Amino acid sequence: MKVIEPLRLLHVRDVPQTELQEFAQRCSQRLSQGERLLTLFGRPDDGDAVVLTAVLQPKEGPFGILRARAPRHAHYPALTVHHPAAHIFERELWEQTGITPEGHPWLKPVRYEGARQQHMAEHPFFTVRGRGVHEVGVGPIHASVIEPGHFRFMCLGEQVHHLELQLGYQHRGVESLLLRRPPLALTSTVESICGDSCIAYAWAHCAALEALTATSVSAEAELVRGIALELERVAMHLAALTGLATDIAFLQGGASYGRLRTAIINATMRVCGSRFGRSWVRPGGVRYGLTEALRQDLLQTLAAFTKDVTEVNALMRSARSVQARFQGTGSVSTPAAQDVGLVGLVARASGISVDTRTRFPGRLHEAWPIPTVTESTGDCWARMQLRMREIDASVVWLMNIVGNTTLDLCPPLGRVPAALRADTLCVSLREGTRGPVLHVLETSSQGQLLHYKVQDPSMPNWFGLALAVRDNEISDFPICNKSFDLSYCGNDL
Amino acid sequence: MLKSIAVRVSQGTQYIKDPRQAQPQGFRGKPVVGAAACEAGCTACMAACPTGAITFDPVRIDLGRCVLCGDCEPVCPSDKLTFSNDFKLASTDREALWVSASHPDIDPIKVSNALHKRFGRSLKLRSVSAGGCNGCEMEINALGNVNFDLGRYGIDIVASPRHADGLVLSGPITRNMVQALQICWDAMPEPKLVIAVGACAISGGLFEKCDSVDRHFLEAFKPSLYVPGCPAHPLTFVAGILDLLGIDS
Repeated sequence: MKVIEPLRLLHVRDVPQTELQEFAQRCSQRLSQGERLLTLFGRPDDGDAVVLTAVLQPKEGPFGILRARAPRHAHYPALTVHHPAAHIFERELWEQTGITPEGHPWLKPVRYEGARQQHMAEHPFFTVRGRGVHEVGVGPIHASVIEPGHFRFMCLGEQVHHLELQLGYQHRGVESLLLRRPPLALTSTVESICGDSCIAYAWAHCAALEALTATSVSAEAELVRGIALELERVAMHLAALTGLATDIAFLQGGASYGRLRTAIINATMRVCGSRFGRSWVRPGGVRYGLTEALRQDLLQTLAAFTKDVTEVNALMRSARSVQARFQGTGSVSTPAAQDVGLVGLVARASGISVDTRTRFPGRLHEAWPIPTVTESTGDCWARMQLRMREIDASVVWLMNIVGNTTLDLCPPLGRVPAALRADTLCVSLREGTRGPVLHVLETSSQGQLLHYKVQDPSMPNWFGLALAVRDNEISDFPICNKSFDLSYCGNDL
Repeated sequence: MLKSIAVRVSQGTQYIKDPRQAQPQGFRGKPVVGAAACEAGCTACMAACPTGAITFDPVRIDLGRCVLCGDCEPVCPSDKLTFSNDFKLASTDREALWVSASHPDIDPIKVSNALHKRFGRSLKLRSVSAGGCNGCEMEINALGNVNFDLGRYGIDIVASPRHADGLVLSGPITRNMVQALQICWDAMPEPKLVIAVGACAISGGLFEKCDSVDRHFLEAFKPSLYVPGCPAHPLTFVAGILDLLGIDS
């Protein structure tokens, strides 16, 4: 059987462009058949038109891609009405292109781009009316060292009825910036889109460039990229566990997870020079391999880590205070998670078995599979447990590869030609710590980058947080938020 | 109880005894410009630099822009550019943030007697991310962990600007954050200072030329300390702030 890659390359002429109404109908049909909407976006085209692209994940096989061309300011019946998973993509489509999904229940900008910058006040929050209803506004600047975003709680007493999230404060204009420099010089910028997920972003980006230049990357380089990715996933799960422990004043957990993360990111730095894995992945492969000394170093780090993290996990899981705060708090049911299209770790915690590494394994994860781990309760406890279990799975995988002396982990960096295939659409996906990081690149007839769509898993998942806090005490918001641990800049771009 | 004791035993001693003397193994820190002559007409490093941090002639690297990516190193045909694990990159002067073959180190920070007197025993800082990618934010968070333990010097990150003596700014300052940043700054009592952390905050970094960035705030309120890096290493911050305030480590 053919290995399903987390990437798809298509000549644009092989993707028929329908008109808008038909596009919407076909999207709707596919979603009704149980396909998942990975993204839906538009780009400006010649003559005041917009080209729309939808990327779908069917039950099996490669990505499905639908396209349409429509005049700017065209209307179509919103998919969100029947398929809530489309809600954030349709908001973004409307904000970026002016195409209007009619009947969308809450058509508000996602990130206040372009002319809407600094005009957030012109789009009021959802209001809940009734006796005793009051609002609590938090942010954009929050109490701890964290990125900015505004949370508006509509409460009855201490209980949250609804939470509206307003993001966009971090908007830097990344997508247009990516069209300004030569494609092969973009990796540093891509690593700074969401700086805690450098490897997932750089890998998705480099894989796309390699496909667009018909460059093959050695299996050894893919292995090293896989190692880098799992180290990043472990480190970020530890950061979330640190935050969870600290937020409930479980200080021993907070201190221990903090220093365990230091051990992992310092090991990353000893390989590639950066605690966040910057410059490790480059087009053509990896800039830094694992020499025998680094291999031994990493094995020792992981062995010491495994012993210590197991102890801390046991302490955290068995503490009554932790159980009391996390169990049953911030629950998202499986149907709700399915309906609103949650992805990645948050979806898995609600019992949905989705993981790019299993669904689109590519050559690397076909040869070296990593199990998909799920929990069923969808609460803060499930998300905590899942992080612990995913760390364990990553470490087992890492030890297996790094400890295998028959594998060469020092591949040279391959050369990548500068010219990109013309008139080509490339969809590239990698499973970052939060879920699938998606990059969609399109080239012009001259082989220039025409459009660069970046999508962080946080974008579809933020609404999951709003669902999680419903009917919970407002004081439980911080642990709900930390258990999701979503990215602001990844959403705001 | 026994589990807790076991974790405590494994934890051992984690703090870095003297952060100024630390040797972060493998860290791609200060760029080192070698004495080798450039090939005639070669501008490969300038072309490879994503932030325009390199200027000629002679080769000079602006650490306010440099993201320490190392992309310049492999493209240089003369092997003129390397990186050391030196993390002492902070400066009180934006104009002094550069290295070249004849000026290989960032000038040492001069202790400010005024700041030493006022904040040498206690400095409370409020962090604001204005377009930061969560790299610098995570490193600022790490300042308080058991490894770097900045609290031992009386320096803490606090929640309210009302309690703060200074602003730790990360990110290039997005237009959508301009108002919130100003409100936060206005809420801090005088006297107060600004610390710019990371290439984005110092120069705009990778996002310098974005339309969505507005850096007027820093024209009005000049930072007292610049902490280079992408993200800035916690040791760069610790060494810089201890030097500025004249605190022994």
